[in-house]
Amino acid sequence: MLKNMTDTIRGMLRELTGRDDFSGGAFNVRANGESSGRLSTDGIRIEPKPDGSGLDIHIAPGVKRDKVHIPVVITKSGIRETVYNDFHIGEGADVEIVAGCGIHNHGPQDSEHDGVHRFWLARGARVRYVEKHFGSGDGSGRRILNPGTEVYMDEGSVMEMEMVQIRGVDDTERTTTAELAANARLVVRERLMTHGRQRAISYYVVKMNGAGASADVVSRGVARDDSYQKFDAKLVGNAPCTGHTECDSIIMDNGKILAVPGLEANNVDAALVHEAAIGKIAGDQLVKLMTLGLTEQEAEEQIINGFLN
Amino acid sequence: MSILEMEHVGFKVPSEQGEREIIRDVNLALEPGRLVVVTGPNGGGKSTLARLIAGIAIPTAGRILLDGEDITGKSVTERARAGIGFAFQQPVRFKGIRVLDLLRLAAGKELSVSDACEYLSAVGLCARDYIHREVNASLSGGELKRIEIATVFARGVRLSIFDEPEAGIDLWSFQNLIRLFKEMRGNIPGGTIMIISHQERLMDIADEIVVMKDGGVDRHGPKDDILPGLAGSPLAIGGCCKNGQGRLTKC
Repeated sequence: MLKNMTDTIRGMLRELTGRDDFSGGAFNVRANGESSGRLSTDGIRIEPKPDGSGLDIHIAPGVKRDKVHIPVVITKSGIRETVYNDFHIGEGADVEIVAGCGIHNHGPQDSEHDGVHRFWLARGARVRYVEKHFGSGDGSGRRILNPGTEVYMDEGSVMEMEMVQIRGVDDTERTTTAELAANARLVVRERLMTHGRQRAISYYVVKMNGAGASADVVSRGVARDDSYQKFDAKLVGNAPCTGHTECDSIIMDNGKILAVPGLEANNVDAALVHEAAIGKIAGDQLVKLMTLGLTEQEAEEQIINGFLN
Repeated sequence: MSILEMEHVGFKVPSEQGEREIIRDVNLALEPGRLVVVTGPNGGGKSTLARLIAGIAIPTAGRILLDGEDITGKSVTERARAGIGFAFQQPVRFKGIRVLDLLRLAAGKELSVSDACEYLSAVGLCARDYIHREVNASLSGGELKRIEIATVFARGVRLSIFDEPEAGIDLWSFQNLIRLFKEMRGNIPGGTIMIISHQERLMDIADEIVVMKDGGVDRHGPKDDILPGLAGSPLAIGGCCKNGQGRLTKC
């Protein structure tokens, strides 16, 4: 069914989405710069943009509990691409969108995928968006991912975003912006692990423009070895609204983390909160798990896996 | 053979005056199948003694033997695997680790949800409400304490040590706790339970009582010999008096 599949690509698709067969639902699989397969359904229409720069994905109003997969895989060294995917989610639709990108780089040249996703949620639409990033391969070329996400939310719409980067991405700069109309709700859960000399930057700007809008942006990060992370999240309250942002991080070895929480209240009834905590694994956590029979290393892994769960 | 023996165990820490002796020349033997309560004034060395047995602190003098084997130089992990369980006085919180995960780690196997629920029910928690919750700051001190006790219960090891298990636990749960300790003793043949406590009602279910004072063992013997001497003192909270038949009752 899918073109140009290899065992490596199939394995990466499973890592990204939990499956390598997408029949039965809407999907577009992009591998090494071209589409390997695409399917639209009654409720979800996927169309390539006329200029070839990406996809337009239309989710019909009222679609309930449907799902669309749009994974991207790169296994050739030296590919650098920017892809624009636009999602138009109809009024009252309820859909899960599973995206993500895996880069397997076994060569000397850098491989890079910059995915720009834009979402327009109509009134009352609900979206759960899952985006996983990872890198593999033993080439000296770097694995680079620079995702850009823009979210425009109409009244009463809800967007839950789960952004995960667990390993292997050498350099990433993620920019997410959102604009919320009245009673719209945005929830972001970012989980990030960096190791080696990796660098990961996340910028968020969330503008709550309508009364009753709310946003909850939470990042959990673990920086190991000599890696670096920056979490820069700004909430802007332009109306009576509630916003919360949190950066909770563990540093290990020579890891470094910079948390820059930002709040801007332009309305007297905007209630905005930020929290940030960075520290190493607590010694008593390790000791507790060791009293259960785990080695120090096993205890550390359990704590990190739980933290990033 | 004793399950645990401490021979001339000492523990010193650096201080402004040079060294401070926290534990001094402790000789103590615990027999299999016994429930032992360790009591004594605050600062008497009770918790440090427990931490020395679990390997969280290492003695600066003497030897500790478990089932006749010298474990003095062994790590916390090695001692845990050798059969020592330890419930902290102040339980640790973990972001992202669920109660079920912690119980599975404690049991050392893929515990079914219903098995895990039994451990929680035993400590007076409605299992369905807790099993998938994170062991984080959303739990109250009392809830954490009961989960901590459940992890040691789930381990089912030969020597279980509880450091002030009653702290932060309400009266109803405390009664459950007493039942749990009795049950634990019955479930593990030859298993020994060591409880650090000032609670007279816990001492009342003990086989033996150890009184620690100034870092040493002040008294050690059968409950019936030791408890009457503690009655009404701060070492046995709740106090107790002898009634007309010579039995201990609440004053």
